[in-house]
Amino acid sequence: MSAPLLQVEALGHRFGRIVACRDIAFAMHAGEVLGIVGESGSGKTTLLNCLAGRLAPTCGRVLYDMRVKGSTDLYALSEPERRLLMRTDLGFVTQNPRDALRMGISAGGNVGERLMVNGARHYGAIRDSAADWLGRVELDPGRMDDRPGTYSGGMQQRLQIAKTLVVKPRLVFMDEPTGGLDVSVQARLLDLLRGLVRELGLSAVIVTHDLAVARLLADRLMVMRAGEVVEQGLTDQVLDDPHHPYTQLLVSSVLQP
Amino acid sequence: MTPMIAVKDLSKTFVLHLQGSTRLPVFDAVSFEVAAGECLALVGPSGAGKSTLLRSLYGNYRPDGGSLAVRHEGGAVDLMTAEPRTVLTLRRRTIGHVSQFLRVIPRVATLDVVAEPAIALGEAPESARARAAALLERLNIAPGMHGLAPATFSGGEQQRVNVARGFLVDYPVLLLDEPTASLDTANRDVVVDLILEARARGAAVVGIFHDAAVRDRVADRCFDLSAFRTAA
Ligand SMILES: Nc1ncnc2c1ncn2[C@@H]1O[C@H](COP(=O)(O)OP(=O)(O)OP(=O)(O)O)[C@@H](O)[C@H]1O
Ligand SMILES: Nc1ncnc2c1ncn2[C@@H]1O[C@H](COP(=O)(O)OP(=O)(O)OP(=O)(O)O)[C@@H](O)[C@H]1O
Ligand SMILES: [Mg+2]
Ligand SMILES: [Mg+2]
Repeated sequence: MSAPLLQVEALGHRFGRIVACRDIAFAMHAGEVLGIVGESGSGKTTLLNCLAGRLAPTCGRVLYDMRVKGSTDLYALSEPERRLLMRTDLGFVTQNPRDALRMGISAGGNVGERLMVNGARHYGAIRDSAADWLGRVELDPGRMDDRPGTYSGGMQQRLQIAKTLVVKPRLVFMDEPTGGLDVSVQARLLDLLRGLVRELGLSAVIVTHDLAVARLLADRLMVMRAGEVVEQGLTDQVLDDPHHPYTQLLVSSVLQP
Repeated sequence: MTPMIAVKDLSKTFVLHLQGSTRLPVFDAVSFEVAAGECLALVGPSGAGKSTLLRSLYGNYRPDGGSLAVRHEGGAVDLMTAEPRTVLTLRRRTIGHVSQFLRVIPRVATLDVVAEPAIALGEAPESARARAAALLERLNIAPGMHGLAPATFSGGEQQRVNVARGFLVDYPVLLLDEPTASLDTANRDVVVDLILEARARGAAVVGIFHDAAVRDRVADRCFDLSAFRTAA
């Protein structure tokens, strides 16, 4: 059996006196999609940032199975090594696409730029690849020279997804990828994500407050409350036979989780 | 012969935390085995825990004690202790499940709902879709409906879609929760034939069949769960 892609040991993070998350431990294998649900302020974003190399945890380790070095603590890497790893292996999709897009350059440029940062030089090939990815997220490649500011919120989110996936990361982190969008736009984005996850065999960690999103996208689910994981398991186990009082409350609060 | 399914001392109690931590004991000390080619019918009154047991055999519900071993690719896997991804592998390759109600995936066409498990196992999409279409037609779901999402289908139609999805792959283990409950006679006969064909190719079947006539035709043993009820 292969080594886990990501292994998290006794991870915790505090902001001053606030303990944002603590005692987090789990392993994730290639091809798995892990969902994280929990109430507002329960530490989901903090945990995701720690896992993605964006925030050094106050304690514990995040071990990532690097292509050459094998299992390595993300925060034991030098800053340039970690930056390189984040550019090539790890993708991050934020809730607000404006946080991740460069609004001053074209949609195609946003996607192509990621390839150039990773060393691609052939202009035609970069442009073709960008157009291909715009098509895959159902954006009209004919509009690739338009600025992201001329796109709707749902389109910007799809652009962010194209920009993230174009470099073929091995592991993608998403923080409420369908949050902040209209219900109908959310539905289309969800269909798209579901298709991409399957087609590409993506490994992903997805934070969502929507149990239906978790049910649709995640193989496994972690339920967080007050900084701790209170329950985890296969998504359908956790949602259909919840054991923890908080999970029962979450599940009972929606019509059909 | 090694059984396909071996359940030993299984117990399950639901604890309803939102309702004063009420304990709802469902069953205790359940043990049975099912061999390849056999069909075991779970019987007992409504609420006896038939669906709970079947869902546990799929790794969907988590019993509190005992073991649930399923033969998988030459070994035995205990669903009580298996890693999530192992349970998913079993569901992909070994255990088919027809639930009491179809859980529709929004906006996915019927044909794709049915073909998906075969495609996930590596079958070419065209071939899986062609077989799915043939199976749907056998279950009297007209080709005109194959392109629609089943959300708007009638209860009986949804159930037949669910049956088709569960029978497209030749799983070594089949779990069937009331597969004929809302079907007319003609469709019920098709499902009975599908179950008998699955047994003939060696599938171990555990099912819940409300209809005694259906049960008599497909099952060779009954397991009465009402005997395993524990007092609250
Ligand atoms: N930069 C920060 N400085 C100080 N406290 C912070 C900071 N970021 C988060 N926190 C605190 O840490 C806790 C966890 O926050 P986090 O953003 O991880 O929650 P969350 O689960 O993502 O919530 P939401 O669902 O609302 O996004 C909260 O109490 C929050 O106020
Ligand atoms: N997810 C759940 N959470 C809490 N209680 C549950 C859950 N699922 C089932 N139960 C309870 O467990 C008991 C057994 O239910 P189950 O559905 O297994 O019965 P059944 O024998 O299949 O009945 P029927 O013939 O009516 O389908 C019932 O009291 C039911 O309310
Ligand atoms: Mg957050
Ligand atoms: Mg039932």
